[in-house]
Amino acid sequence: MEVDVQSTLTLREFGCEQNLLSRPDGSSSFVQGDSSVLAGVYGPAEVKVNKEIYDRATLEVVIHPKSGPPGVRERAREQCVRETCEAALLSSLHPRSSLSLVLQVVHDDGSLLACCLNAACMALMDAGLPMGCLFCGVTCAIDQEGQIITDPSAQQEKNSRAVLTFAIDSAQRRVMMSTTKGSFSVNELQQCIAVSQKASEKIFQFYRDSVKRRYSKTL
Amino acid sequence: MRETPLSNCERDFLLKAIQEKKRLEGRQTYDYRNIKITFGTDYGCCIVDLGKTRVLAQVSCELVAPKESRPTEGILFFNLELSPMASPSFELGRQSELLVKLNRLLERCLRNSKCIDTESLCVVSGEKVWQIRVDVHGEEVTVYSADERDPIPLSIYHMPICVSFSFFLQGTYLLVDPCEREERVMDGLLVIAMNKHREICSIQSSGGIMLLKEQVLRCSKIASVKVSEITDLISRALENDKRVRKEGGKFGFAESIPKQRITALKSDEAAIEMTDMEEKAEGIISSTEPPSEPVPSPVVRAPGTGQVGESLENAWGVEQLEEEEEDSVDHVMDEGQEKEEEEEEESQYCNKADVVVISDSEEEEVVVLHQEAQVDSKQQVSGPQQPGTGDSKKKKKKKKKPVQ
Repeated sequence: MEVDVQSTLTLREFGCEQNLLSRPDGSSSFVQGDSSVLAGVYGPAEVKVNKEIYDRATLEVVIHPKSGPPGVRERAREQCVRETCEAALLSSLHPRSSLSLVLQVVHDDGSLLACCLNAACMALMDAGLPMGCLFCGVTCAIDQEGQIITDPSAQQEKNSRAVLTFAIDSAQRRVMMSTTKGSFSVNELQQCIAVSQKASEKIFQFYRDSVKRRYSKTL
Repeated sequence: MRETPLSNCERDFLLKAIQEKKRLEGRQTYDYRNIKITFGTDYGCCIVDLGKTRVLAQVSCELVAPKESRPTEGILFFNLELSPMASPSFELGRQSELLVKLNRLLERCLRNSKCIDTESLCVVSGEKVWQIRVDVHGEEVTVYSADERDPIPLSIYHMPICVSFSFFLQGTYLLVDPCEREERVMDGLLVIAMNKHREICSIQSSGGIMLLKEQVLRCSKIASVKVSEITDLISRALENDKRVRKEGGKFGFAESIPKQRITALKSDEAAIEMTDMEEKAEGIISSTEPPSEPVPSPVVRAPGTGQVGESLENAWGVEQLEEEEEDSVDHVMDEGQEKEEEEEEESQYCNKADVVVISDSEEEEVVVLHQEAQVDSKQQVSGPQQPGTGDSKKKKKKKKKPVQ
């Protein structure tokens, strides 16, 4: 089967809805193809004494899987999301307070961590928390022939040799977080980063469009 | 995080409104909130919106050994979670009273009413049965009116639907389907689970209110009307989902994002143009230094002995060396400037304390070298920017110190 270079480098359809839950301070749902994640943010709010940090806000991230209790995989994802958010948030503006981010996986069809990151960023934006930059998540998969697939579906992820997820910041398109699975060469890594940086432009444009639409006066 | 308490004003307002037969959302006493049912791309997955309450349910199954007491029956397991997303007062991993209550309600309503044919889940008697697991995530819980249906043709005998009633002022006033605010001021709650054949599957009364027989009967009458409405809605939604799946059209949550809402946006599939990707990657790699060659075979003195860093490149002193280099470059590059700065700094130093302590540190060496110049520079004391330069210089010195 011949794989066209251009056809694998696509992002599936995006969808996003902000402010869809009434109780949290910020909420969003982000859909990438069939993958869908719902995010809610509370904060800045009162913090428990044992979690208090004297010079910045405490950020807690929780990811709920769709079925079954959360396991090690969720913990690992939580950590990735938390570290990215901590890097982007200006948490020193809210010392001794708590920020909590809850992510609910609604449907997993590949690129789940990237979808979580995007939903988290939209929710943080919706909550109006001060951030130094925005961030987005891009997943690249490298298949057996060495072809790079952006935003892979679950099936594509399964058939691939390596899966790499990057968080890219909006200011300088730098890599804020990376997590990889499988084996790949240095060259492939650099190619994936370059692809992700290019893809992030599309995602940030989408962020911009959706926020613009949200604050526009007409539909 | 604790829940925000309800103020007395709000409480009085709500109760007064109820006495005047008005509700906060403009509903009538017996009105239900809007129900919206969305199915996911997986089988056995749905999101139900009841007003602003939103619940996600997923049915999954696995093969397990049956219970010893019932070797021919499958196991139906409910796992209810109150996600902290729904309310900040919900904590993770804590069995709150509400959680237990709702879980029990689900079990009684769906398992104990035998609405699912558990015997049909048996694969090998006494060895293997399907365990059906229902995960319910409360996402925006204000009140729980649960209904569960399994699009996998699980044989379902009947669909019990729960309808909740709340009582105010010791049972004087009754509301159907209370919202979160109303639940917080109510005295008692009655949940009736009923199927469309008007059979009551379970009744749960909480809040410790005394109910009259007439009240319960009235509630059950109301429930029967609501249940038939909701059953209709569910079967219509199921049929719709089935039809769309059959036709191969688009379905799932991605399609359920409302297009007409200003807070929502959907984009089409986007291609990323990547023409220079490979050159770029190679450029980055060629511009970075190649990693140091690994030692082909490390020397092992004797098998089984511990050894440290034998014949490998020593990276311990590298950082210090670099710093020293940097410093020396500094000296060469702007020696003249540095001298001046140092003089100024020293002059300030001298102004503050006239006693010059001579020690063998580098700073003082400089002082000794330029002592004559220093005396002169005492006069030309510092403009407004000089304290700054002095400071930066001091910092630099501090950095240098560990080198020495």
